[in-house]
Amino acid sequence: MLLFIFLPIISVITQSLHIAHEQVFVEVENCDFFGCKKSTSVDRAATEQLRSEKPLGRFVGLDNYFNRSHLASSELAAAWESSASLGEFYNQLFNLPLYRAIIFTLVYTAVVTPLLIIFGFIVAVAVNSINEKLKGLVIFFSLLPMIVTPLVGSLILFWMIDARGIIGSTLQILLDNPDLSLKASTPLTWITLIVYGVWHATPFAFVVFYAGLQTLPQDTLESAMIDGASRWERIRYVVIPHLMPLVTFVALIQLMDNFRVFEPIVGFNASAHATSLSWIIYNDLDGESRLLSSASTTSVLTIIGVIILLSPVLVRAWRDWDRQA
Amino acid sequence: MNKMVKSSLIAVGLLSNSAIAFAGCGITAGTVNIIGNEFPAIQTIGAAASECAGEGVEVSTNLTKEHKEIQVPGLSGDPAEYTAAIVANSSIVPLMNDGLVRPLDDLIAKHGGNFTDKQKITIGGKVMAIGFMANAQHLVYRKDILEQAGVEPPTSYEDVLAVAEVIKSKGIMKYPFGAAYAAGWGIAQEFNNMFLGHGGDFFIEGSPMPNINNQMGVDSLNMMKSLTAYMNPDFLTLNNNEINAEWKAGNLAIMQMWGSRAGPLLSDEGSAPGVAENTVLFNPPTVGDGKVPATTLWWDGFTIARNISDEDAEASYLALVNAIDPKIMTDEVASQAVWMIDGYKPTPASAGVFATIEAGAKPYPMIPYESLLHSALGAELPDFFSGKESAEKTLADVEAAYIVAAKEKGFIN
Repeated sequence: MLLFIFLPIISVITQSLHIAHEQVFVEVENCDFFGCKKSTSVDRAATEQLRSEKPLGRFVGLDNYFNRSHLASSELAAAWESSASLGEFYNQLFNLPLYRAIIFTLVYTAVVTPLLIIFGFIVAVAVNSINEKLKGLVIFFSLLPMIVTPLVGSLILFWMIDARGIIGSTLQILLDNPDLSLKASTPLTWITLIVYGVWHATPFAFVVFYAGLQTLPQDTLESAMIDGASRWERIRYVVIPHLMPLVTFVALIQLMDNFRVFEPIVGFNASAHATSLSWIIYNDLDGESRLLSSASTTSVLTIIGVIILLSPVLVRAWRDWDRQA
Repeated sequence: MNKMVKSSLIAVGLLSNSAIAFAGCGITAGTVNIIGNEFPAIQTIGAAASECAGEGVEVSTNLTKEHKEIQVPGLSGDPAEYTAAIVANSSIVPLMNDGLVRPLDDLIAKHGGNFTDKQKITIGGKVMAIGFMANAQHLVYRKDILEQAGVEPPTSYEDVLAVAEVIKSKGIMKYPFGAAYAAGWGIAQEFNNMFLGHGGDFFIEGSPMPNINNQMGVDSLNMMKSLTAYMNPDFLTLNNNEINAEWKAGNLAIMQMWGSRAGPLLSDEGSAPGVAENTVLFNPPTVGDGKVPATTLWWDGFTIARNISDEDAEASYLALVNAIDPKIMTDEVASQAVWMIDGYKPTPASAGVFATIEAGAKPYPMIPYESLLHSALGAELPDFFSGKESAEKTLADVEAAYIVAAKEKGFIN
């Protein structure tokens, strides 16, 4: 716990409170194949001096949290002042990187989590009632979406939903719209990512619920049957209450998982239309100049987000535990 | 087998046959570990450097597309994990900013090397890298399609629009133009090209303050937007690899592509019938009344890490000098890049890059904060292309995002 959770969190928090030292510039002449050119360069000796005195950089308090790349307090205030309607304010909010990411992350989490629980449950009940001989095979195929590495799965779909891909062209024919492109519009990209998310995570819910179904009290079921309960009534009044603790478990795990949605955005090259908190961190660390403080700040904000998101489920689990004890 | 893999294998084979000639490379001891990008020309260099391995000398390479993410941490340690990095004019900058590479003047004075003065990349009077190849984005067109449409090859982006319109209106192709406009590095680079083509300067002279929210910036975005009307509607998700695949499938008539990727385009392997033999590598286009073409020039070269022992530095230098020796220049190797090495004879694959140099294109700027602006462009420009906001608003957002990043890095205070 101390080594793998506590220390890394302390280190990101520390990093998020600092920025790099002031860089000292010098004017130099650069020469390459294509000729010589005056250019600016960093005076390494002077910068090194600053860095050895204070290796952490400059302490800036919470500045990193409130700049435009994160909570953007001043931009937000200006947007509130200048916008005439809520719609306009939303548009300006959506233009700020962190809020755009939070909005997609929340929509994704809020839609994918219940859907995958419902689908997982349906698949589990369906598989549970088929012929014993077929079960093994069906279970294997139902698990495939989870077995395929997310990045590979999304890359395969990326090509299939291309305007020239098999799913993309089929949709164009079915909807009679030759210009339809799933990747070119923001709402369609969001839907694609959400469908992918449900497809990928349903097997997890299925496995958990299927295991739960094996422990169903048979006598309760039989007495319900004798009382004349229909199949639906048996599911509603016997199966679902029996599986409720597992629903809490799946919801908890999947809320955390969906909140850090990342691979499909990279796999689908979807960053033009959808970004998530994890993607922002990745983007800050990617490329030639890594923005460590910015990435740390987003990490801390993500941790806070996970805590807020999970608190209702955690409180519920805590109460249940209390009642049992 | 893929032709590229095959050609690099042949290159490796040829090199191992001539290993006796190189044996030892004059290195007595030391460890060499090279980090670099991954494409056929760099693989050739890596393989040639590995030839120097022998008694007491260890040579390993890590050539990967992710080199940009690895090189700074990989050279930061003391001693550094990598003893040498193969860099381009953009990726040497973060290494210079952090002082992670050493001047090569002492090593050159002591060991010399079979390269020309032109290959020495000097920064502030010190040789920081030895260059070996040049690269640039330029136009590629399909001779047969242009003939069918009855149009001349385009020399400006205005021509590209006109030609694409003819091809589209004649019903030959719906989306005749291709370029790597994927959100991120790619679309930012296309903006850079267009902006330089309009004669823009990214920064206010002598300061790290951005200077792109002006008429030239707006014109650049508008020209890019006009081009997207002739591009696959998924353009914000398509990178060089996808565009190349489209080209090989025969779906494009004109595209903007890297010289270093031109070789495979001219080969039949993996191409639809009739595509490869009609592929012509052409000059980069101008834009507006710009004097310089709307593209950038790039070099690739090697650098030696600072935080390593002098013994390892000497071993790395000797191994890489050996790797860029004119002796490596076989026909196969020559076709992989536009080499700046003596004895290189231009091949058909080099036509576009030479045309770019000839046309006086500007090199990609080696400025400490350029990559921050590049990242900001990559993240903010897609909003303009998906129709969410105006050009001016987008450019203002880019500048705002850049200023936040530059403050964090200590460039703006």
